[in-house]
Amino acid sequence: MRILKLTDICKDYMQGKEPVRVLKNINLEVEQGDYIAIMGPSGSGKSTLMNIIGCLDVPTSGEYELNGNNLRNLKDDDLADMRNKYIGFVFQSFYLMPKMEAVDNVALPLLYADVPLKERRQRAEEALKAVGLEERIHFLPNQMSGGQCQRVAIARAMVTKPALLLADEPTGALDTKSGKQVMDIFDDLSDSGMTILMITHDPDIARRAKKVYHILDGELLTNQEGGTGRE
Amino acid sequence: MVENIHLAFEGIWSHKLRSVLTMLGIIIGIAAIITIVSTIKGTNEQIKENLIGAGNNVVTIELNQNGNQYDLSWNPLPDQVRVITEDTRKELEQIPGAEQASLYYKRSYSDGLFFRDTAFNGNLIGVDQNYFSVYGMQVRSGRGFTEKDYSQYRKVALVDSTAAESLFNGVDPVGQCLEFGTEVFTVVGIIGPREEFTPTINSFNDYYLYANDGSGTVYFPSSVWPTLYQFDEPQSAAIKVRNTDVMASVGKDAADLLTSSQIIGTDTGFDYRSADMLEQAQQLQNMSKSTNTQLVWIASISLLVGGIGVMNIMLVSVTERTSEIGLKKALGAKKKRILLQFLTEAAVLTSIGGVIGVLTGVGLAELISRVMQIPVAISAPAILIAVVFSTLIGVIFGLLPATQAANLNPIDALRRV
Repeated sequence: MRILKLTDICKDYMQGKEPVRVLKNINLEVEQGDYIAIMGPSGSGKSTLMNIIGCLDVPTSGEYELNGNNLRNLKDDDLADMRNKYIGFVFQSFYLMPKMEAVDNVALPLLYADVPLKERRQRAEEALKAVGLEERIHFLPNQMSGGQCQRVAIARAMVTKPALLLADEPTGALDTKSGKQVMDIFDDLSDSGMTILMITHDPDIARRAKKVYHILDGELLTNQEGGTGRE
Repeated sequence: MVENIHLAFEGIWSHKLRSVLTMLGIIIGIAAIITIVSTIKGTNEQIKENLIGAGNNVVTIELNQNGNQYDLSWNPLPDQVRVITEDTRKELEQIPGAEQASLYYKRSYSDGLFFRDTAFNGNLIGVDQNYFSVYGMQVRSGRGFTEKDYSQYRKVALVDSTAAESLFNGVDPVGQCLEFGTEVFTVVGIIGPREEFTPTINSFNDYYLYANDGSGTVYFPSSVWPTLYQFDEPQSAAIKVRNTDVMASVGKDAADLLTSSQIIGTDTGFDYRSADMLEQAQQLQNMSKSTNTQLVWIASISLLVGGIGVMNIMLVSVTERTSEIGLKKALGAKKKRILLQFLTEAAVLTSIGGVIGVLTGVGLAELISRVMQIPVAISAPAILIAVVFSTLIGVIFGLLPATQAANLNPIDALRRV
């Protein structure tokens, strides 16, 4: 089953009065169960691509189909719905709500899906268990290590059972050991059938993916087979 | 919603000093309005009380001709006006808000009533058996009128304390004789209001308005009134009402009833009108109200300034929490949810300000009443309105910052960390 399909996606940004093309005719298809890494140096347009894939931004031209929905001409609130339903985000700097316990942080996306409170809690606790944090359910983010925080963020991304897990430099703010822990979780998720798309500039991380794309100056270059997976 | 309110309290609590300073404008505005309104209401209630007397909610309905009170002291017996029957009196008691009705004859100028060689120049009133109960009067010494006084047409009289003083000159009136023409009446008692009511007098104006002057009143049983004045005269009615709020409506209904049932023929110029003190009180109250309304306007400006302060702080708060907003949007929060969250926070902030303002205002009003001897009445509706209004201010002035937050672009919001 096809999760997403990008056709001739272009994105322009205004720099002063001149439009600058940041993404040039991107074509990409992601199938159910894919484990993809997109690599590229800073300024290559990989963040912009991630924003478009994550429905945070809209392309200047081109077609984007996500889980069978064409995203052309969708309003802000419809895009919010798409994000909530189909995409789980993992960010480099976690973005946890500092005054919420781990379980409430994880339950947040369910709130926006209008899931009743009791079910929210239950599903959030299960998601935390799945990332091995059942002991930390009532901890605040500042009481946890970076690795633990990122695992909470993964639990939050997975709690809605999204079609696509979108990770932006998931290990960028972590030390090697916790980075490895986090990546192991990604590998496990992939093994269980989760579709994962990850953006990184770290070749070691990218090697874990089954497919690696390179992006340079706004163009998606090669489609090379990924590494060996787990080391 | 509960979630939002919870979040709002958390947000406010985490910036205590800032929140208090933000609320200050609202607090001052609401406190000022509550204080002013309480003082207005206190003054008004005093005026009302002074005019109406302690708890005597009585409205009188009198015969008028061409808009002037028709006083039989100077005017001939009106042909076109019937005597009010007992049935009609009972009908008066059926008016919603009416409790008890009394019929009475009255001369405000009495010619020919003497005690020894002293002429009496006060009011003469011929009362039915309900009259003293309607006015809440009771016998001070001697006895009142009995059933038999009425049925046997006994020539007896009661005097009030003013008449007792002006007419009897130190002699105990009970048992004394009053002469009216060739008739002799025995004074059987002194009657007065159940509670002696002294109006609060703060100025000369108050004195002229409230202080009872005159020579007092002598009361006769209504059955002997024709002995005094030969004819069956049309009576006036006095109706005790449930409370002062219904005085005007009962007065109007009763006047209409009597006008339609008692006046014979059309275009006679006669009608019945209610004379209640409330109307007079209202005129006075309007005067004090108009000056105070201006004060309320000034206080409202403080509320406006407070509202702008709230808007300012909310804008700062939106900027500070950009990444929080961005994250929520990324996770799928819709515009409405973000909008509501910030609106709730603004509304909770101003509502707390409103409540503190109400408490301060009530305290201030009490203080003013103690220090300056001004009567103060705390008005419950005013408090309610104040709190609702302060919430409304939060919603109105929170609208701009909240819209700004709701319209934040999630990428920009996330990037700005």
